[in-house]
Amino acid sequence: MDAQHEHAHEGVNYDGIVGPALALGFAVFIFAISFGVLCVNAGGSVPKAMAMSLLVFTGASQFSAVSVIAAGGTAVSAVVGALLLGSRNAIYGVAVAPWLPGSLKYRVAAAQFTIDETTGMTLVQNSPARKKRAFWVTAASIYGFWNVGTLIGALVGNSFDTQKYGLDVAFPAAFVAMVAPLLATRKAQLAGIGGAVVCLATTPFLPIGAPIVMSAIVALIALVPTQRKTQST
Amino acid sequence: MSWTVVLVLSLGAFLLKVFGFVVIGDRKFPPHVEAVIALIPAALLCALIMKDTFTAGHDLQIDARAVGLVVAVLGVWRKVPIWLVIVLACAATGITRAIS
Repeated sequence: MDAQHEHAHEGVNYDGIVGPALALGFAVFIFAISFGVLCVNAGGSVPKAMAMSLLVFTGASQFSAVSVIAAGGTAVSAVVGALLLGSRNAIYGVAVAPWLPGSLKYRVAAAQFTIDETTGMTLVQNSPARKKRAFWVTAASIYGFWNVGTLIGALVGNSFDTQKYGLDVAFPAAFVAMVAPLLATRKAQLAGIGGAVVCLATTPFLPIGAPIVMSAIVALIALVPTQRKTQST
Repeated sequence: MSWTVVLVLSLGAFLLKVFGFVVIGDRKFPPHVEAVIALIPAALLCALIMKDTFTAGHDLQIDARAVGLVVAVLGVWRKVPIWLVIVLACAATGITRAIS
């Protein structure tokens, strides 16, 4: 964290950061165990599952890549789909960068931890000091839980018969949990429905995994103006 | 799952993060670009749900996975804890397979 010890916080109140950060960490822990199990069952290994969680470190993208590989999809569609899903982290970077000034090395390091949870926790704080603290505390909590969870899942993963216990359904169940908070706006709901339709409609003839990449095109509906005055004529 | 996939994905995911945080930094994305990027997760995650529930290779099919999906949707809607949602969804599909 800071290079120098902070002897006093100069009256800054840091309450209400560690608790929520740990709660988020526990939620992520469950996803991470699922990810570890599914990754080794999709032909991954413990080192590969760990490399994914340590280096990729953005959950939805990791699940997406493993899901496509598990279905027999190509490496290219697995990677492209996962990176499309990870593109939102670039937006998050722009949102949190003003609160995390520092050297180039510091900012590049902070970028690796810029994901849904750290961004959310940072932006809701009400002072620059609290924002910076929340970012790093949440980063530590999520990174720890995510990687320990992945290790546990990967180590026990091969001892399950995934078909017998229905563990293949951990993929869609996790995706449902991830997408639910995103469907708050009309446009997001339309994007979700559109993505689902594109996927099912293109599955019979596109290479496996490609329908996932194709579904991203639905996001272009963001460019359609929201006012609909002309339709009432 | 090859090491190439793992490493290319690692590098790509990191570069996307660095692009926003360091390259764009204190400036802003064009609003239209940001709006499109913001909608991608909803579209892609719903597509993934369809693929993982209703497809097998190039075929569309309804099987025991659909039961698990219904349980997952109900669980998330009723705000059941995430770990329980995943366990119940898997159990629902596993039981459906065992009895069918």
